[in-house]
Amino acid sequence: MKKSICLYFQVHQPTRLRLYRFFDIGKDSHYYDDFANRTILKRVAQKCYLPMNELLLDAVKKNKGKFKLAFSISGSALEQFDRYAPEVIEGFRKLAETGCVEFLCETYNHSLSSLASKPEFEHQVLKHKAAVEQYFGVTPKTFRNTELVYSDAIGAMVYDLGFKTMLTEGARHIMGWKSPDYVYNNDLKPDLKLLLRNYALSDDIAFRFSDRGWAEWPLNVEKFLGWVKSSEGEIVNLFMDYETFGEHQGAECGIFEFMRALPDAVAKDKELEFVTPERAAAKHKSVGDLSVPQPISWADEERDISAWLGNELQQDAYNKLYGLQEKLSILNDAALWNDYGHLQESDHLYYMCTKFFSDGEIHKRFNPYDTPFEAFINYMNVLSDFIIRVNNAMAERQ
Amino acid sequence: MKVLMFGWEFPPHIAGGLGTACEGIVKGLAHNGVETLFVMPSASGDEDQSCATILNASDVAVQHVSETVEEFLDKVKFINVDSNIVPYVDPEEYFEAIEKMKREQVRETMVGFGQKFKFSGKYGANLLEEVSRYAQVGGTIALQHAGEFDVIHAHDWLTYLAGIAAKELSGKPLVVHVHATSFDRGTDDMVDSRVYSIEKRGMEAADRVVTVSDLTRNIVINKYGIDPAKVVTVHNAVDFSGRENLSVERGVKDKVVTFLGRITFQKGPEYFIEAAAKVLKRTKHVRFVMAGSGDMMQRAIRQVARLGISDRFHFTGFLRGQEVQKMFALSDVYIMPSVSEPFGISPLEAMRSNVPSIISHQSGAAEVLKYALKVNFWDVDAMADDIYALLQYPALSNFANREGFEEVNALKWNNATAKLKKVYESVVNQ
Repeated sequence: MKKSICLYFQVHQPTRLRLYRFFDIGKDSHYYDDFANRTILKRVAQKCYLPMNELLLDAVKKNKGKFKLAFSISGSALEQFDRYAPEVIEGFRKLAETGCVEFLCETYNHSLSSLASKPEFEHQVLKHKAAVEQYFGVTPKTFRNTELVYSDAIGAMVYDLGFKTMLTEGARHIMGWKSPDYVYNNDLKPDLKLLLRNYALSDDIAFRFSDRGWAEWPLNVEKFLGWVKSSEGEIVNLFMDYETFGEHQGAECGIFEFMRALPDAVAKDKELEFVTPERAAAKHKSVGDLSVPQPISWADEERDISAWLGNELQQDAYNKLYGLQEKLSILNDAALWNDYGHLQESDHLYYMCTKFFSDGEIHKRFNPYDTPFEAFINYMNVLSDFIIRVNNAMAERQ
Repeated sequence: MKVLMFGWEFPPHIAGGLGTACEGIVKGLAHNGVETLFVMPSASGDEDQSCATILNASDVAVQHVSETVEEFLDKVKFINVDSNIVPYVDPEEYFEAIEKMKREQVRETMVGFGQKFKFSGKYGANLLEEVSRYAQVGGTIALQHAGEFDVIHAHDWLTYLAGIAAKELSGKPLVVHVHATSFDRGTDDMVDSRVYSIEKRGMEAADRVVTVSDLTRNIVINKYGIDPAKVVTVHNAVDFSGRENLSVERGVKDKVVTFLGRITFQKGPEYFIEAAAKVLKRTKHVRFVMAGSGDMMQRAIRQVARLGISDRFHFTGFLRGQEVQKMFALSDVYIMPSVSEPFGISPLEAMRSNVPSIISHQSGAAEVLKYALKVNFWDVDAMADDIYALLQYPALSNFANREGFEEVNALKWNNATAKLKKVYESVVNQ
C-alpha cells in the first residue's frame, strides 16, 4: 500500500469590525469595517487565492487524477468573495469540477459554537453545508471544526450530524507515544474516523519555509518528501491555511515553485499517493480509539483553546454572546442571524488574547487592534448594540 | 495691584484642569481690578498661536460685559517660555512627551530676552532639570519686569522654584497655589521624594500658601509641616459662561451612570466597578460608562470582565472637547469616587449639565457642594444605594438636578478671586 499524503487547506477571512464607540450603541447597527474587509480580501486574492487556484488547477489537470486535495472555506470568506472577488469562487468551482478536490464542512462563521451550544453548532454546520452545495454543487462528507477544535463530545455531535470523517490536530499532549500518521476513531462514536495533522511537517511548509534561520532552509520537494517517507505511519496529513501561499510565505521565497513541483514529484513516486480526507478514511483502517476529553486545537504551543478563551475578557465576551442563543432561535430573524453569525467568528476572541509572550508574533500578525483591551471594548460595544436589538425584537414579539 | 503669575498652560491648549483654573483665576482677578503678567512654558510648538487666540479672546469679552477687550488685554500679558515641560505631569506622560520631542527635530527658541536655549534630544530628559531651568527663566523675568508687579503667584510644584527665584531677585512676596500635592498623585509610601522636597521648599519660602480645599490644606499642614496660620483655602470655581448644554439623541433606553476622569488609583475606578456590579444585581435597566484613560484602565477592564458585566459596563477611552459634553448629555448619574481629590471640578460640570452627582467625602468638591450625594470612596454599598436611588426615585434626582444646577452656577471665580485678592493684600501690606 502506498503511503498517503492528505493535503487540506483552510480558507477563512474574518468580518472585521469597525471602530464602534459607546456613542453608537442603539443608534447604528452597521458593525463592519467594509473598507478594511474589501481591501484585505482583494490583496490576499491577488497574492494568494487567484494564483494558487490557477496553479492547483493546472497541477490537477496535468497529473490526471493523481493529485488530490481538500479545501474548507468558511461561510464568512465565501460571503466576502461573493461581494469583493467573485473570480476567486469561480476558481474554486473549476477545482470542484475536476472531482479531485474535496470540499469540507465546518461552522459557517468559523465559530466556537461547538464549545458553547449544540443547537447553534448544528445551525452553523447545516448552514455551511447548504452553502457548499450551493456554490460548488457537492455535498460535504468530511468535517473540520474551527481551528481544528476537537474533543470526544464534539466528535460525537459531528457524527450525529452525519459525518463519517473528521480532521483535527495531532496534539502531542493527546497523542503521547502514538503517531499522528495513522487513522484513529472517536472514543464515543467508533465509526467517526479521525485524521490528525502532522504538525511538524505541516509547519515546515506553513511557518518555516521562508525562515533563513532554520537549519533546513532552503526546503525543496525532494528533501520534504524524504521526510514524509521516513515517517513511520500510513498517512501524512498536511493541514494548513491556504493563505500560507503568497500571503504568510511571500511569493519571493519560492513557495509557489515548491507547490508546483510537489504534485509532479508525488505522482512519479512509487511509494506515495495523494488522497482526499474522504478517500483516506475509506483506504485506512482505524488503529484505535483516541480519547480527547478536553478540547484541543491547532493553535499555539498549547494546542488548546486558550487562544480564544484563555482570559476573563474572552470568557465574558463569549458567555454574553452565547447567552443569546435561545432568543435567536425563538426570533428566527434573518438579519439577526446574520449578525449573530459574524459576531461568532473566533477571530474576534482571538484579538483579545493576552498570551503575548510565547506566541505573540503569530497573534500580532493577524490582529487589527493595538491591545487586547481595545479589541474587547470595541467588541463589547458592538455586542451591546446587538443585544438591544435582540431584546427589542423579543419585546415586539410578546 | 499687579501680580506676576507662573503657570503651566492656558486654554485652549490644555492637558489638565490647571490651565482652566488659571484662566478662571486670571479673568476673575481682572474683574477684581488685579493685573496679571502670566508666564507659561509650553511644549506644543504652537504657543504663539495659542496666545494669539487667547489675546484675541473674543470669548473673554462676553463674560466681562463691563470691560472692553482692550482693557482685559492690558491686564493680562503673556510671556511664553518654550519648554518641554508638560502640564499636569505624571512622570510617565512626561517621558512620553520627551520621547516625542526627541523624534522631532532640534528646535531653537528665543526666550523673550535674547537668551537662547538650545533644545536637543538629550537636553531636558530630566524633569527636574526642566524645573530648575524654568526657575532661572522665572528669575530673569522677575528682574526684567521689576517694578511691574507687587506680588508673585506660582501654581503647583513645577513653578515653585521659579516663584522662589522671582521672590529672591525682586524681593516681592510669594504666594504658592496648591492645586494638588504628591499625596494625591501617589500613595503615602509611593511619594516622589524629589517632588515632595520641591513642594515643601515652595511652601516654606512662600508668604502664603493657597489651597484649593480644606482637605488639601490639611495635607499641607500635616504632611508638609507648614504653619497653619499662613495656609488659606480658596475653593475653586468654574466658568460656565458661553456654554450651552448639548442636547444629544440617546441611543440607549437604559439609564447611564458615568465616571469621567483619569483611570488611576487616586480616582477610585475599582470602587465604581464594584458598585456597578451591585446595582446590576438589582436592576438591569442601567449602563455604566468609564470615560477616560490611565494606568489602571487594563486592570479595570479585567475587573469588569471578571464580574461578568461587560455587556453593561462600557469604556470609551480618552474623550476630547465636545465628546465630554456629549458624555454628560448622555448621563443620568455622575460619579466621582476619588480616593484623594484636592478639588475635582468634574462633578460641577456634570451638575451644570443637569446630571446629579455622587462624590466621595475624600474630595475637595465635597466641601462646597451641598446638593451632591456624598459617600466614602471605599463604601461601595452606599455608592450602589445612591446610584440605585438616583435611578429609581425621580423625586430625588429631580431635586438634586435642579438645586445642583443652581449651586454650581453660583460658584464664581469672581468670588474666589476676591478672596485671593485679599490674600495678596495681606502679604503686600506686611
